[in-house]
Amino acid sequence: MSQANNGVQIEDLAPEHFHEQSKAALADPQLRQNFRGAMNYLKDKRKTAFSDPAEEKRIRDLSAAIRQRSLSKLPDLLEQLESNCIKNGIQVHWAETTEQANSIIAGIAGQHNAKNIIKGKSMVSEEIELNHEMEKLGIECLESDMGEYIVQLDGDKPSHIIMPAIHKNKQEVSDTFEKHLDDFTPTIDVDQLIKTGRTRLRKKFHDADIGLSGVNFAVAETGTLCLVENEGNGRMCTTVPNVHIAITGIEKVVEFLSDVPPLYSALTRSATGQAITTYFNMISSPRRTGELDGPEEVHLVLLDNGRTQAFADEEMRQTLQCIRCGACMNHCPVYTRIGGHAYGTTYPGPIGQIMSPHMKGLDKTKDLVTASSLCGACGEVCPVKIPIPEMLQRLRQEAKNPPRNNSPAIKGQAAAASKIELLAMKGFAFAASHPSLYHLGSWSATKMRSLMPSNIGPWTQCRTAPKPAGKTLHQLIKARKQGEKS
Amino acid sequence: MSSARNAILSRLRDAKPEAKTMETITYQPWVSSDEKLITARFIKGLSASHAEVISTDHQALSKIIEKVAIGKDLQRVALGTSGEFHEQIVQATRSLKTDLFDKDIKDWKSSLFNDVDAGITHCLGGIADTGTLVLWPDVSEPRALSLVPPCHIALIKRSTIVSNFAELMEMQAWQNNMPTNIVLVSGPSKTADIQQTLAYGAHGPSQLVVILIEDM
Repeated sequence: MSQANNGVQIEDLAPEHFHEQSKAALADPQLRQNFRGAMNYLKDKRKTAFSDPAEEKRIRDLSAAIRQRSLSKLPDLLEQLESNCIKNGIQVHWAETTEQANSIIAGIAGQHNAKNIIKGKSMVSEEIELNHEMEKLGIECLESDMGEYIVQLDGDKPSHIIMPAIHKNKQEVSDTFEKHLDDFTPTIDVDQLIKTGRTRLRKKFHDADIGLSGVNFAVAETGTLCLVENEGNGRMCTTVPNVHIAITGIEKVVEFLSDVPPLYSALTRSATGQAITTYFNMISSPRRTGELDGPEEVHLVLLDNGRTQAFADEEMRQTLQCIRCGACMNHCPVYTRIGGHAYGTTYPGPIGQIMSPHMKGLDKTKDLVTASSLCGACGEVCPVKIPIPEMLQRLRQEAKNPPRNNSPAIKGQAAAASKIELLAMKGFAFAASHPSLYHLGSWSATKMRSLMPSNIGPWTQCRTAPKPAGKTLHQLIKARKQGEKS
Repeated sequence: MSSARNAILSRLRDAKPEAKTMETITYQPWVSSDEKLITARFIKGLSASHAEVISTDHQALSKIIEKVAIGKDLQRVALGTSGEFHEQIVQATRSLKTDLFDKDIKDWKSSLFNDVDAGITHCLGGIADTGTLVLWPDVSEPRALSLVPPCHIALIKRSTIVSNFAELMEMQAWQNNMPTNIVLVSGPSKTADIQQTLAYGAHGPSQLVVILIEDM
């Protein structure tokens, strides 16, 4: 049993409990310190990597345009990707749901009688809860990204899409190792901690039946899967085991190989402020005749899980431009304070707030879309220029109202609709468009100002109750005009 | 054809996306035609990423590799089976225990994992912009050679270094002929996953030695 923070169990984390989870996170000073430190570090790194604002603008404009063009041809590009992958010897599978994706992977494991899967970092595998599902079938999935490994040892979940163990400091990592690894001598020396992870995982790479990875870009033109990483575990997972399974969302396709260099540069600089990562791995086929290593089989699993719903609406389609850099969370004042677990979804932070409603439904995520001050930082740093604040407002409307015009309902449409709220807004609209009624109302408010209760529900949980002024604005203006005349 | 495939594609087509044309935005990554600047940026980038860069020429190559092996106290190294500088590599490592990667990885996986101190490879080219080696593993130099041993020694010819990634890809028309695997390497393996503290030698080689061969 692992605890996320202040008594909330990791397994119970859910977007429906967002308010309790964020309250618990806010009450945990160590967690807040860990996140604040990490976010400041990542923000500084990004700033240094985009030192020339004119250059930053150009690469963001280009990256956004590449993603938009690729999405505008998505069905055709997916077919092209599929046919080129098949031509190269990569087997392509399609999954509408997380269940289908898991059963495809279980099927491949079954064919090879595989008992061990070693994993590179893949958020889509988190999305389908692969580890948990495979465990039920007696197949062990082991995370090999250092952060993911630490998180998995503790039965924990990633709290950031790029730096999964960001919620732990080195002492907490040492505690985790001490608890779960035999013959580990506690230390807060980071080199020693990493060495421990390296040694323990080497054997696993050596023995694993299947390697599983995500995909950063899938190139339709050539049937190539690109992987971005620093540690080398992505290369290990895709080189050493006899079978490689890559899993990705259907939106990750780009049209041309030449689309890759600018997107890659925008991604690494936005994510960690690196000009380039240590490794960039481009996989186009399984082992060819005569080659002495590399997997004999490569599988690509393409997952929908709500992405086609986002695609159906031209405005919300922009959500799918995302290249998963995490810059929006690093710059989000809400995320910085509550951390990733409080959201209760695979993808936390601003991008998670606009992606999760399509995956989980607005009924489960209606509180998430309100968890933003709409300060706009996420939209300003997004390397592919997703207008996240506009998207949040749109989803707030969808959560309160029936579908617009002829557009199809989205999952959980109008789940946050409230009759009282609707009535109140209608009442206000009526008063605001009938001046005598409005004046009567505002005049009565000034007269009855002392009757304002000090406790008015959620408003006064962290604010003092507002007190109507002694005179209405109309009265003040009138008085001023009279003063000018005399 | 799976029903999931058809359902996904038909939902996407129902949205009737309007195909956008190729963008006209011009974006120019770092570029130079000055050989000195290209070399300097390449070395600076790699060194900043914690790689050791040693410049040499054809004649001294063998001696330099030998010196690196002694300096790092390498006992056992893995080599490919051919390549432009294969003879010099063999010459340089004659006093060490060497393994030629001439058999299927499964036939010597555990000694590759546990006993080999270094792997030596050629490079397809280099990228000055970011200080990057481009490896195009093949039958004679398999993928694991530059990955599994704790030290990677890479030989690169000065003439194969270009300004930026896009230029290399375009110049060699990669899209017409993608190999099984291409890897860009920009330093030894690293991670900052624990409290943003940089540590080298995560899962790939903890040391990267780049031997830059002056051929221009």
